Amino acid sequence: MTVDVRRSPLAELAGELAAVGGPGSVRFAERPFRVQVELRAAADAPVSRLYEALALMLPRGVGYVASTGDRDALCLAPRWWLVTQSPEPAPVLESALAGRLRTAGGAAVSAVDVSAQRTTIDVTGPNARDVLAHGCSVDLHPRAFGPGRCTQTALAKAQVVLQQLDRAPTFRVLVRASFARYLAEWLLDAATEYVG
Amino acid sequence: MLYIPCPWCGPRDETEFRYGGEAGVAYPADPDAVDDAAWSEYLFVRSNPKGWFEERWVHTSGCRRWFTVRRHTVSYEIRDPRPIGEST
Ligand SMILES: [Zn+2]
Repeated sequence: MTVDVRRSPLAELAGELAAVGGPGSVRFAERPFRVQVELRAAADAPVSRLYEALALMLPRGVGYVASTGDRDALCLAPRWWLVTQSPEPAPVLESALAGRLRTAGGAAVSAVDVSAQRTTIDVTGPNARDVLAHGCSVDLHPRAFGPGRCTQTALAKAQVVLQQLDRAPTFRVLVRASFARYLAEWLLDAATEYVG
Repeated sequence: MLYIPCPWCGPRDETEFRYGGEAGVAYPADPDAVDDAAWSEYLFVRSNPKGWFEERWVHTSGCRRWFTVRRHTVSYEIRDPRPIGEST
């Protein structure tokens, strides 16, 4: 029998996160251990081979996301992407995806597995936008943001990658592991007025 | 607080940025040939206009890119955000 030795940064708060709110207000859930690969490409990188390795066209516009299945490619800055996908079934030192991207891109590409750097918190429901607005100055109104968009910004002064998944709305917050507990407790506090 | 338009991310609070001082200060073409006075001028002396000023910012909490803007030092109005090396 193999034992999964991974412990997510918010494992201890899972019960509290699940107990707060409901479908009529806002709900929180950690999505632990998602694979994250940071991909940077020089101007002359063979992008078509990267597309093949990802089965995905990398978005060119900063702040846009391309998705296939559970794999997302977030454009964080010019020629800089964060590729995320479902967790590996068992702990690995490096996800196979990072190696595949390096093989495909050669010397013009840097692909680094950063899965352990951040954890993922999904914030969903009619009040999700209100909760985030308590600590985030980016305009998340539908006229300025929406599904398929992402950004790097500060949420309650913690640096995060923010992604909108759907119109529920569901926002995906990627936060550094060491800030995760602080941010989760801040989110629970910010939600107080909506969850009755 | 300033509201600074990042060329890639759009308008963001000043707290997401770090300041980089005057834009367009060229590194001396032949630094070995520069005397102490000219070198200290290059290092420390900047224009200090009352009015429009070309300056650099870096979006540290966002895309982490440097860029140039034109800021009015009296009204704090900011115009023409653009990647470094691009003129308006
Ligand atoms: Zn930016």
